[in-house]
Amino acid sequence: MLKRLSLGLMPLFLTGCEWRLFDPKGPIASDIMWLIIGTAAIMLVVVVPVTIMGIVFPWRYRKGNGKQPYEPDWEHSNTIEAYVWAIPVVIILILGVITWYSSHALDPRKPIDEDKPALVVQVVALDWKWLFIYPEQNIATVNEVAFPVDQQVQFLITSDNAMNSFFIPNLGSQIYAMAGMENRLYLKANQQGVYDGFSANYSGFGFSGMKFKAHALANDQAFDEWVQEVAASPDALGDEEYLKLREKTRDVPPAYFTLDNPLLFSDIIDQYAGGLGEVSKQRLQRRSESVLHSIIKNNETSEGGH
Amino acid sequence: MSSNHTIVTDPHPILGRFTLDSIPYEDPILLTTFMVVVIGSIGIFGAVLYFGKLKYIWDEWLTTVDHKKIGIMYVLAAIIMLLRGFSDALLMRSQQAVAVSSESGVGYLPPEHYDQIFTAHGVIMIFFVAMPLIIGLMNLVVPLQIGARDVAFPFLNSLSFWLFISAALMINISLFLGEFAATGWLAYPPLSGIESSPWVGVDYWMWALQISGIGTMISGVNFVVTILRMRAPGMKLMQMPVFTWTALCANILIAVAFPILTVCISLLTLDRYIDTNFFTPAGGGNQMMYVNLIWAWGHPEVYILVLPAFGVFSEVTATFSRKRLFGYTSLVWATLCITILSFCVWLHHFFTMGGGASVNAFFGIATMIISIPTGVKLFNWLFTMYKGQVEYTSTMWWTMGFYLVFTFGGLTGVMLAIPAADYVLHNSLFLVAHFHNVIIGGVIFGLFAGIAYWFPKATGYTMDETLGKWAAGLWTLGFFVAFMPLYILGFMGMTRRLNYYDNPVWNFWLLVAAGGAVIVLCAILVQLYQIFAAIRDQDKNRDWTGDPWDGRTLEWCTSSPPPFYNFAVLPDVRDRDHLTYLKKHGLDGKPPPKYEPIHMPTNSWAGVGIGMLSLPFGLAMIWYVWWLAIISFLAMIGCFLAWNFFAKKDYWVPVEEIEAIEKKRWEDYALGRNYQPDVDPAQGNTSSTVSL
Amino acid sequence: MSDFISPVPEEGYTGYVKEEHHHDMGGDTIFGFWIYILTDCLLFASIFATYAVLRGNFVDAPLAIELFELDYVAMETALLLVSSFTFGVAMLGANAGNKRQLYIWLGATFALGLGFLVMEVKEFIHLSHVGATPWSAGAWSAFYGLIGTHGLHVFFGMLWLVAIVFHLRRDGITADNKVRLMCLSLFWHFLDIIWICVFSVVYLMEMV
Repeated sequence: MLKRLSLGLMPLFLTGCEWRLFDPKGPIASDIMWLIIGTAAIMLVVVVPVTIMGIVFPWRYRKGNGKQPYEPDWEHSNTIEAYVWAIPVVIILILGVITWYSSHALDPRKPIDEDKPALVVQVVALDWKWLFIYPEQNIATVNEVAFPVDQQVQFLITSDNAMNSFFIPNLGSQIYAMAGMENRLYLKANQQGVYDGFSANYSGFGFSGMKFKAHALANDQAFDEWVQEVAASPDALGDEEYLKLREKTRDVPPAYFTLDNPLLFSDIIDQYAGGLGEVSKQRLQRRSESVLHSIIKNNETSEGGH
Repeated sequence: MSSNHTIVTDPHPILGRFTLDSIPYEDPILLTTFMVVVIGSIGIFGAVLYFGKLKYIWDEWLTTVDHKKIGIMYVLAAIIMLLRGFSDALLMRSQQAVAVSSESGVGYLPPEHYDQIFTAHGVIMIFFVAMPLIIGLMNLVVPLQIGARDVAFPFLNSLSFWLFISAALMINISLFLGEFAATGWLAYPPLSGIESSPWVGVDYWMWALQISGIGTMISGVNFVVTILRMRAPGMKLMQMPVFTWTALCANILIAVAFPILTVCISLLTLDRYIDTNFFTPAGGGNQMMYVNLIWAWGHPEVYILVLPAFGVFSEVTATFSRKRLFGYTSLVWATLCITILSFCVWLHHFFTMGGGASVNAFFGIATMIISIPTGVKLFNWLFTMYKGQVEYTSTMWWTMGFYLVFTFGGLTGVMLAIPAADYVLHNSLFLVAHFHNVIIGGVIFGLFAGIAYWFPKATGYTMDETLGKWAAGLWTLGFFVAFMPLYILGFMGMTRRLNYYDNPVWNFWLLVAAGGAVIVLCAILVQLYQIFAAIRDQDKNRDWTGDPWDGRTLEWCTSSPPPFYNFAVLPDVRDRDHLTYLKKHGLDGKPPPKYEPIHMPTNSWAGVGIGMLSLPFGLAMIWYVWWLAIISFLAMIGCFLAWNFFAKKDYWVPVEEIEAIEKKRWEDYALGRNYQPDVDPAQGNTSSTVSL
Repeated sequence: MSDFISPVPEEGYTGYVKEEHHHDMGGDTIFGFWIYILTDCLLFASIFATYAVLRGNFVDAPLAIELFELDYVAMETALLLVSSFTFGVAMLGANAGNKRQLYIWLGATFALGLGFLVMEVKEFIHLSHVGATPWSAGAWSAFYGLIGTHGLHVFFGMLWLVAIVFHLRRDGITADNKVRLMCLSLFWHFLDIIWICVFSVVYLMEMV
């Protein structure tokens, strides 16, 4: 019995680093962790007494106990009412102040280091994989992203179809990826490692496989080496290749590209606002096909029949 | 379900998008279920014919405008849908318990199937379980609690119910005909747009919600008028029982929030059917507007569900503490606060969309402020028990379970309300655990408590208390075992709606959660047996007096079940706890001095007619069978006009009939009073031995 | 603490009313109709919000400012405003029990409503011909959505008016029919107010 119990509890103790929200690898994640712990502790000030009252009152005043007073018409007490309103109000005042400050301090669009330039990574959520574009390095990757530790990264995030959410739990905040829009998110790792990233907003049948690895590399030199490795890829990512890439695929392994169209990211966004690039033209054509007032069937479901 | 159906490029003029491939006959599970449903339906219908009950069912149930019968039918339909929604939950829990892999195709449910299941689970549990339970209980109780003879618009009440039934049928038909939406229960575009979801799934979702939503809106208007205008003479607003207060607030919320849902779904319908650009990112639409609209309805919806449950807890706590409700006035104000605040918080469902820090902080703080009146309510219930004599009936077990579970849900809710914390908790299993925590712990426990509490009022006999306590205990235990692991998994960074995952550590917790689901299954089986046993043993457990719990409010003044006119003579209300007031002054259990004819609404075929015609209309719209859609729509209007012009809408009940019914009632009452002290103490029936 | 407990009842109190007063069911209906109008307000508010969000998104469709003809719409507005007035006069007739006055002014209301709808449909056809269709851009979707919803309401109001005339012809100006007329008149005036909002928000704000 004991053995089975300890076996059962093993995941609790042996895998502390599995509790990703309590295993921060960057300043944002760390701040959020302490915010969660702190606010939960403040709330316990009310929750614990209420729970105790919820057990003690009905027990003490149970029928047949007989020792306790019974006042069937007692229904009002200004003192109790005052406490009952005041205690939650005070707690919420405290939490409100915390909320206000933390919302501003941890605004995803706020740079982490004001004085140091950020590494720019453009992120595109596709069906069903992540495309990362490094405009300054002129490379692109699928389902793998890398950056040096202690270097703040500016993620510019969009989607080329469904709404997704870009999330690396060990590093902190997530934010939605939406077609035709650019969302901004600053993150930073302060420990070397490989962290899981994924989409946190359901986006269709291939959603569960929409995962990537985020490599926090030891230093700038390691990052440069990684960039060169990617740049050595024989595959180039231009408009044609992009249109092929955006087709629906599942469980996509990481892939490296050199970047043919340095404006690819803004082209992807612009196609939703009447842009004129090749991507947009394809988009328009797809749309005009769909305007035929009939049912467009379904490359997705015919593709998905496995 | 079918993932390789025929590609219809042009709808057939007669069959629309329907082809033989639309029927998933290659799926043995569905085929078997379908056969069972068909044979079962034929069997039931045959039995009805064989026993010659067709006329009875038509006259007494299908065409009824009696709020009590409509309430019972709502609750029955909700229980059936609960079984459907819960089997979806079991499927999801078991799939996640086995699906450890880095690639899709593990477990026994492919994403094409699994994604429909989690969508259906959410839609069914909210719209077709929680809502009908709420509206059913309100139907059953509110007119009785305010001393009215029916709702303000009995025909519209019947219409609402049949629209709801039609939508519920539509959802179930999607199982055997085509597919259901695989978009998540709120169907965000562009995923729910015609390009990403080209077949019928999202259309089933839209039409089922649209039709049941319109039904709910009509109910909302109906109950607001009923409560505000049809209270018994003397009953002031601040003398209404708390359940009626919460029902009033919930119905105001329905009247104000459901139009937003109607608009939201209509615009999505236009986008899908005539290619407008409301939500399509290309073409100048705005997907964020959809998210705002749907949550501007969706958040008040949460309070539509939970407020009446709070009302039930107020009634139950006061009754079984044998004491007046503590802080009635502040409870009512707290309810009103929640009602208003619930419209100022919808943005907290999508902090991660990228709103500015100040906007997010505003909505976060507004959300937290709601926890103040909610906390006040909890304290009021606790102080109701203070200096009372608490009796541990099964309804109290549900209430105690609620205190334990709901407080914790409140804590995690406030955590989610902090935008910065939500940036890591959003869409995680932590969130899933949180809303199940408040919806099971708050809404479902409240409704089950309400069903146990008012069951004798509806049927005339009590349910077995021991089984009820087992159900409450197992539900509470099952809840903790099923959802505490999800909180943990949320902290581990597991997101919701995953079909498979490659982290073996998560597997342990998902197995535990699946075990919790099995415990809840046991609880539900106990409940079903409890209902069966109650019907079987009804002669033993008959409630002769109409007041099995030593109740405090007006509904316990009349017989169980009440006569169709509820009150032979309307009560003259002097106090919030009318019955307790009568008992205190020795006036309870006395027949009225004289009877007068009573004005009552007549039954109507039009409610069931129009409601059932909305089913072919919805199906025709889903399958692009335009001719059928036009015919059904015109037939609905025709039915309404025929009712409007030609139906007899009301009649007078003669005094002789009332006297006969009431004579029997007071004989039963005397019998029950004399019989009462011998009742098995485990039943908790002690009504005649109370001293005030 | 017993301030909240009700006083001891007077002699002769039985817990039942001594005499039941007839319940004002027509009043319930009219009150209920007010609540329905509240829900309809929310419906329009949501569509107005939609319009406000999308009103600038013309993408590559023609701009509203190029196509709107204020004179034409002012004419439409005038028709609907006058129809509200004629309905008012019809209600006076109903209250006075003057069937002839009632029919004449209801007829006028119907004609004005029909004129409004015809003008609106003509405007829609015209706009569609020059490239402003409901599916050409978000802003136009919202335009047709808002004005179309209002137009549908007017259309159903007119059908309702016809139905009431049949009721009146069969039963005369009874209490029930007066309640029906009262509800329709509320509905009609409500649509008028909505149209004024539409006119200001959609046309005037676009042109100014």
